Amino acid sequence: MEFLINLVNGLSLGGVYAMIALGYTMVYGIAKMLNFAHGDIIMVGGYTVYVFLNLFNPLVANAPWLAFLSPVVAILASIIVCPILGVAVEKTAYKPLRGASPLAVLITAIGVSYLLQSLALIIFGADVKFVIIADLGAIKLGDLIIKYNTIITLVATVAVMVGLTLFVKFTKTGRAMVAVSEDRDAARLMGVNINLIITVTFAIGSALAALAGVCSLLETPSLTSTFGALPGIKAFTAAVIGGIGSIPGAMVGGLLLGVVECICNSIPPLAPYTMAVEFIILIVILLVKPSGILGKKRREKV
Amino acid sequence: MAKIWNAICKVKWKHFVNYIAIGIVGLIFSIMTLTTKLPMSTTVLLETITLNIVLAVSLSLVVGFLGELSLGHAGFMCIGAYAGGIISCIFKESNIEEGKGILTFIVSMIIGAVVAGIFGFLVGLPALRLKGDYLAIVTLAFGEIVKTVLENLDLKVENGFNIRGALGMRTPRFDKETLFIIGFVLVLLTVFIVQNLIRSKHGRAITAIRDNEIAAKASGINVTKYKLMGFVISAALAGIAGVYFSFANYNVKASVFDYNYSIEILIMVVLGGMGNVSGAIISATAITWINTELQTSLTGELAVLKDIIYALILVIIIIYNNAPGLKFFRERFNLRRGIDWIKHKVLRIKHDASHEKDDESAWDRVPTKIEMNEVLSTDFVVVESTQNPDKEEK
Repeated sequence: MEFLINLVNGLSLGGVYAMIALGYTMVYGIAKMLNFAHGDIIMVGGYTVYVFLNLFNPLVANAPWLAFLSPVVAILASIIVCPILGVAVEKTAYKPLRGASPLAVLITAIGVSYLLQSLALIIFGADVKFVIIADLGAIKLGDLIIKYNTIITLVATVAVMVGLTLFVKFTKTGRAMVAVSEDRDAARLMGVNINLIITVTFAIGSALAALAGVCSLLETPSLTSTFGALPGIKAFTAAVIGGIGSIPGAMVGGLLLGVVECICNSIPPLAPYTMAVEFIILIVILLVKPSGILGKKRREKV
Repeated sequence: MAKIWNAICKVKWKHFVNYIAIGIVGLIFSIMTLTTKLPMSTTVLLETITLNIVLAVSLSLVVGFLGELSLGHAGFMCIGAYAGGIISCIFKESNIEEGKGILTFIVSMIIGAVVAGIFGFLVGLPALRLKGDYLAIVTLAFGEIVKTVLENLDLKVENGFNIRGALGMRTPRFDKETLFIIGFVLVLLTVFIVQNLIRSKHGRAITAIRDNEIAAKASGINVTKYKLMGFVISAALAGIAGVYFSFANYNVKASVFDYNYSIEILIMVVLGGMGNVSGAIISATAITWINTELQTSLTGELAVLKDIIYALILVIIIIYNNAPGLKFFRERFNLRRGIDWIKHKVLRIKHDASHEKDDESAWDRVPTKIEMNEVLSTDFVVVESTQNPDKEEK
């Protein structure tokens, strides 16, 4: 029974990780860069939700039948703000460096991440904000309690994964994305606008980050300036475990990592070392199968 | 005037300038502290500066010369600090030098370096075999693991050491007034190791891997071996810095060695110019000094302002130095050209090429990948277009 509870908790946590990992994997697959600022875009999404909830809650306080409006508006706002931020970051910080060494791009991404964290800290302060988007209650099956929020997270993640797969497979933009990720120069010769495709990728990735922020707030409603940093790192771990660049891989890796985390947390002597366990899994995967569980091995070109 | 200048130029000063500068500064402060007592704030500042120089120079080996990103430098330092602390505690209990003599320092330094080096090997082996940004994420993870494990570790050994979880470990502290002299010696040691490694056969292999991994592999360089060598040496030097830290403080706490510390060291390396040892030394000194000055004036919410400025500096410098679009601008306005301009126009010194040898490839400024591509691609340019490249483009 206890195992089942851990499994459900793990799946809900894993859903959040999977959602973040999907964004990572998209950007890594197409722009070939590790976007360290992804986790901080999640944090910005979280703060957007917080601001809009605070703006709208007094408005709907007198009209209970409109209470559903404020979370919806807040979530929509974060889905609009995050892509704008993501594209702005891409245009100002990453685009000038296209063609430069990967190390330079990586350090810039770290700089952007650090900048966003510091800005959030100075604007919103260091105290923890509690953001309760919606409390929908839970289903009780004996000892097993499943929150509706958990179900929403899981459903949203699966829907996003299916939607992304269909988008990449069947739309013109999606095919162009695959082409850019396979061979950038060949894609350019075929008439694909590379800059536009990378911008679209960043926009989609940031929208996923916004959704991940909402899901994350549904699970744990405390918001600080480092809200996205640790889940971001863990989600990248999940993306590598599942096979970076692969959409189903991100899902598998995320869910696996979430379940492992919850099982570790339930064993008292192991609980403080949960993170160590997760990263040891990463190191083992890198040693045994560097392309990840569902990743494809790529040949290197001169 | 010109003759003297040329005579000075004939010595390869740039190979020694770091030792001379550090040696002179170290000597002056050592004499000052031994004759007239320096104020506590100065000695503490000198301690921090030397510590950060060791860290920055060792990280620049990985970031600047190896071309990989390590985000767990503070983690290796943490391991060194705990190892050094344990050794000095054991020495104290065994009544050898009260755990704070030179012998203790040397023994714990060696052990700290070895332990950190072993961890560097274990972390580097899976990540450096692969191409891509795996080292960044693995070292970041490693730093967090070290921090969380040591924060939760309660270990007490009778007549030995006592690690008290999040409270850290009490260690004997060196004499505050003279510790920075050891710091200067450590800086000299680090600079010596890094500069000589880079100028050796192994160092050239390391920079070759950075510039073009496939070409290096094709030339018969064992890529994983040399990458690991650079990374392990850097980790061991960070371990030495950790030992130094444990001797400078009464208490070693794992929470000090967090992600932000690693980023701060990275900023020092980037600000000094990646792949430039002198730059790393100067920027480490400057940033540490500015930090200490700001610590008293900026408090509370304003303290974050410093982080914002550092983050902006990091992004702007990287973009300015690396953006392909800014190449023309970069070649037009740089320090080297500025110095040349002053030499030629202001001091009226004529350029004398007699003391320059053919093989004097500047070891501290290895050509980047883009420059290499240009050099390699000249064969394919048509002869007419090389004579008049500007007209051809128009």
